[in-house]
Amino acid sequence: MAGYLIKRVLMALLALLIITCVTFVVMNLVPGGPFLSEKAPSPEVLAALEAKYGLDKPLGEQLVNYLKDLLHGDLGVSFRMQKNRPVTTIIGEMFPISAKVGVFAVLNAVILGIPLGCLAAYNRGKPIDSILRVIMTLGISIPSFVVATLLLVLFSVNLKILPGTGLASWKNYLMPCFALSFYPMCYIGRMTRSSMLDAINADYIRTARAKGLPSRRIIFKHALRNSLIPVVTYIGPMTAYILSGGFVVETVFSIPGLGRYFIQSILNRDYPIIMGTTIFLAAFVIVMNLLVDVLYKVIDPRITLGSGGEA
Amino acid sequence: MEEKKTKLLEVKDLRVSFFTPAGEVKAVGGISYDLNDGEVMGIVGESGSGKSVEAYSIIGLLQSPGKVVGGSILFEGENVLEFSEQRMRNFRGNEVSMIFQNPMTCLNPVYTIGNQLIEALRCHNAEVTHKEAYDRAREMLELVGIHDSARRMKQYPHELSGGMRQRVMIAMGLICSPKLLIADEPTTALDVTIQAQILELMKDIRQKTGMAIIFITHNLGVVADICDKISVMYAGKIVEQGSVDEIFYNPSHPYTKGLLRSMPRVDAEQYERLIPIEGTPVDMLNPPEGCPFGPRCEHCMKVCLKHNPPNISISDGHTAACWLLSMPKKEGE
Repeated sequence: MAGYLIKRVLMALLALLIITCVTFVVMNLVPGGPFLSEKAPSPEVLAALEAKYGLDKPLGEQLVNYLKDLLHGDLGVSFRMQKNRPVTTIIGEMFPISAKVGVFAVLNAVILGIPLGCLAAYNRGKPIDSILRVIMTLGISIPSFVVATLLLVLFSVNLKILPGTGLASWKNYLMPCFALSFYPMCYIGRMTRSSMLDAINADYIRTARAKGLPSRRIIFKHALRNSLIPVVTYIGPMTAYILSGGFVVETVFSIPGLGRYFIQSILNRDYPIIMGTTIFLAAFVIVMNLLVDVLYKVIDPRITLGSGGEA
Repeated sequence: MEEKKTKLLEVKDLRVSFFTPAGEVKAVGGISYDLNDGEVMGIVGESGSGKSVEAYSIIGLLQSPGKVVGGSILFEGENVLEFSEQRMRNFRGNEVSMIFQNPMTCLNPVYTIGNQLIEALRCHNAEVTHKEAYDRAREMLELVGIHDSARRMKQYPHELSGGMRQRVMIAMGLICSPKLLIADEPTTALDVTIQAQILELMKDIRQKTGMAIIFITHNLGVVADICDKISVMYAGKIVEQGSVDEIFYNPSHPYTKGLLRSMPRVDAEQYERLIPIEGTPVDMLNPPEGCPFGPRCEHCMKVCLKHNPPNISISDGHTAACWLLSMPKKEGE
């Protein structure tokens, strides 16, 4: 177990290194730069700025310098959006805002999605299954900006019962959380349903029925745990993505979160912020995946970590 | 054990059909038998003869599209087919329990043996404490010959061998002290030495607990030394039933005779060959008119292909459904 974890952490660091290098190169290949805008600065000013932030050096040297700083936990300072503020501070401010909305969205997706999937599987072929399947299919096919906009129009503009922007009170959280969780909820529901249907036909379910267990217990104790593996596989990285903020939902509801900021930083070519957010998100996804692997072992005792577990 | 003959199970003209897109399949076409307290009955038949379906309908485990379409199953005088869902749930596992063919997949892989055993007891006896259930579960494991029960209780099914798992299944079946155990091919998936051990165990348990057993198998050799009586099924019907001795020493239905001839015997001479039953099993979607075994039967007569043979009593408790038996015996037959 310990050996396995060490191996996984080393692999995670390697993955992060590769992600950092690739992003750095690709970002610099994209035309434009942080100091170009409609009102272009004079060549002398531009040269001075580039010299100040080290952008005048060859790309390879820039990358090496960046990696050196990264080793010290220094992600650099923003070039443009919040001039000269450290990127770590900015992420530290933005991430909690996104995460607050995200936590509720993740909880909503998991707490509703799994039981809905069970319900559909248990009532396979009956009207309730059909209704749920239609909703879930809609949920994974409608883009989140449509859901968010519809919610906004309905509840804020027409009914005027929920505030449309900002995060002033708990009421502000309802719509963004729902909009953010609708897709994962439906996805989890569908996945639970299909893996549950596999589990329901297993011999041990017949045994459970022969024992005289009530159906509720058969579904939630015996079938559910055996069908959770694919669901957990999805929930891990999903949590990372949702917590770090949905660009669309944050834009529609004017939430000053990390997701929106990330996209803006790309548009502004604010290199250190692009790099910082990318590394942050990548690390988050890697950690969540590691957590998922450990959870596998908890869910299914047959799984052994270590030997061939590094998939 | 004293001789007591109370009727435990009475199956009357049970009919089970599967409604498939291709048409109705009469998996069980009207079978009747009685089982007394403490008696062991073997149901023998080839794959698809309806023996498992018949057993599943007793315990209410028939899955759609299978449906009981007629007849009755009386358990201690109560009709099982009319049980409410609640009553059925309490009946399963508590009064009748069942063990299955494939012990490798019949235990839930993600829960410990102990958890699954305790659950079987406590779902029927809510007043039993966890501690009592734990002790009872260990006692059951010891009964089925698993000796380091404290350690086994903590293990998961994948840590046990196939024979071990079948022992656990049997322990689970016995934990509520049911009056009837249905064993659906409990030894088929095991290798021969383990088969013998499990059979020995079932005989032993039968003596210790005195419960009735329905033993479903396609292996006549297996039933010979555990059963009191045997029903031979073919194409959803019981073609012959009687005591073990009657079936083995005085088989009367051509199918039973065929089965016995096709079975390897230790005392056979070297030149003797096994004689297979010619033909193929009945296509249950289009069963032949008349006797289902007719087309494969070496004694087939005209009447066999037109009308179903009646059940003919040969001696006390021994019946067979064959037209031959209603004919006056000719010389040399």
